[in-house]
Amino acid sequence: MKIGIPRAFLYYRYKELWETFFRELGIEFILSPETQNDLVRAGSMHAIDEACLSSKIYLGHVAWLLDKCDYLLIPRISRYGAGTVCSKYQAIYDVVANTFRKRRARLLCCNIEPRTADGEMAAFIRLSKALGRKNAESILAYLAAKQAQKKAQREELEQQERLLSRDGMKILVVAHRYNVCDKFIGEPILNRLREMGALPIIADIAPKKEAVARASSLSETLPWALSKELVGSVAIYRRHVDGIILLSAFPCGPDSLVNEMLTRKIKDKPVLTLIMDGHRGMAGIETRLESFLDIIRFQEARDYGCV
Amino acid sequence: MAVCKVSLPHLGNYHIPLSVLFTLGFDIEYIVPPPISSKTLEIGSRHSPEFVCAPFKYTLGNFIEAIEAGADTLVQVAGSCRLDYYGELQELILADLGYKVNFINLAGMKKLDPLSVYLRLKQFNPQASLGRIARVLPLAVRMVECMDKVEDYIRKNVGFAADQDLFEKTHREFLRDLRNVRSRRDLDILYRDYKKRFQDIEVQSPPNPLRVGIVGEYYTIMEPFSNHFIEKELAAKGIVVDRWLNVTNTLLHAPKEIKEKVKPYTSYAMGATSMATISRALRMAKMGYDGIIHVKSFGCTPEVDAMPVLQNISRDYQIPILFLSFDTHTEKTGFITRLEAFYDMIVMKKRKRKREYLPGFV
Repeated sequence: MKIGIPRAFLYYRYKELWETFFRELGIEFILSPETQNDLVRAGSMHAIDEACLSSKIYLGHVAWLLDKCDYLLIPRISRYGAGTVCSKYQAIYDVVANTFRKRRARLLCCNIEPRTADGEMAAFIRLSKALGRKNAESILAYLAAKQAQKKAQREELEQQERLLSRDGMKILVVAHRYNVCDKFIGEPILNRLREMGALPIIADIAPKKEAVARASSLSETLPWALSKELVGSVAIYRRHVDGIILLSAFPCGPDSLVNEMLTRKIKDKPVLTLIMDGHRGMAGIETRLESFLDIIRFQEARDYGCV
Repeated sequence: MAVCKVSLPHLGNYHIPLSVLFTLGFDIEYIVPPPISSKTLEIGSRHSPEFVCAPFKYTLGNFIEAIEAGADTLVQVAGSCRLDYYGELQELILADLGYKVNFINLAGMKKLDPLSVYLRLKQFNPQASLGRIARVLPLAVRMVECMDKVEDYIRKNVGFAADQDLFEKTHREFLRDLRNVRSRRDLDILYRDYKKRFQDIEVQSPPNPLRVGIVGEYYTIMEPFSNHFIEKELAAKGIVVDRWLNVTNTLLHAPKEIKEKVKPYTSYAMGATSMATISRALRMAKMGYDGIIHVKSFGCTPEVDAMPVLQNISRDYQIPILFLSFDTHTEKTGFITRLEAFYDMIVMKKRKRKREYLPGFV
């Protein structure tokens, strides 16, 4: 038996958790490759044209995996403790089921409902039950996976601290993890920033609890948990960086409002809004990044009295 | 603040029960904003984020129009999609524009226990009496129900009236008289009168008329300007228009468990209005409607996610579904062309089906 895991959306958040869980249970799994052009093209073909780029990419990954595995892992989250989620997370399982109905995809849902306190563990137990595993076995696997996830998060944060203590121009890239980590959406921008001599800081790597708590300092009624984490990390990191890039995939629902709120509320740092829409041309983005970095450099030179 | 002038953005004709609720119940003035127009949209889009959904732009524009008409207290509602964040951002935008208003954002209300509701109500008018509000609220609710019933009757019959203008005239008069209703008794008498007046209008409906259902996103369905008056266009072609979505069926008498009814199409609730859309579309498909029109604002995530499901329903039940997405374009031509093509298609389909049943019939 082989499980297929699409390398998109929540994968980037739960990478260690899922991988360790299946490894512990001795279940083979296959990951879709990093996003490239033909995956995006395939995804756009299957998706509704108005859907966001991230969800088109997701469908591209699903399409790639369909013939290569026995089951597809499609997680569904209806809300987190910290807030609601974009309705895409609630709907994605049924979107995949309906889009690929003809190909008789066998889907495995990891449905995290908030009603029980240990919603996540219950979801994993249900998941492995569907695969014919015993409860005790899967609880152990889940706990081991949770440890691995926590360890990875700790390491990530330590690395973030090291980055922040380095010299040089630091740019906070505020984007959902599945966008910033994606080879197609986020990585070209991070690489370009590095080439231009700036140090990108990924906003999604932050102490989550603190971030959620500090989000209210910028926005009181923000409903979405994942946006809260990002907004909170802006509150945490803004003093340590030279500029902020709000990176978003067209037409992301939560970002359409949250990024507007951030651009209106952040007055002390230059802010650049970038929207990625699946077109390959990077020239326009590069020009904007270049002039953004130039503005920061000019501003800092002026602050030191050099100009 | 002694006496405030409160206002909410338009949604169909629901400003009438709202104004009764505020003037009679809270004893404060209710400013009816100017009707939604291309000007509303222009003002709203100018100050809105670029790719936010159209209802944000309409409501922001209408807020500004209401302020210019004299309102000093604005109320924004909450919902289970992006609507939940409309309030805070609109308050911020209005403040940045320099408007000094009292903004009441219902999304900030996390709990719905009686005490916090009462305290929130006190924000409208410190002297408001709970007893009075409790008396007026059922009247406003009943008004909504009556309005929705009347509009439902109009949608289903206006297409076959000998004099379609008479329907519209009577509806206008009904709404005008509704404004003056002050008690439950008034309302019942008014409703009975107008029910009779509507039923007296001559309707020559054919034995097997074209029936089209409208499903989709909350705001764009209910605010006729934002959907280019689609119901009127359909009725003018002689179609029975069925629309389940209204305030009565969602806010006042929400169905309990929709999820069960849409099996095997979806396994989980898909968020916001998508389940209502799917369950109604499935029902219409099963009832043999001639077509379904899916109406939404551009980029509405829950409705976009419902579309793959609707496409499957369309395939399984052989029912045509027209997907319409409305944004800030007010140009009507493209919309009319698509509607006409859809109409021609369902007419041809119906004729063909008739021929299948009755050989020799052309």
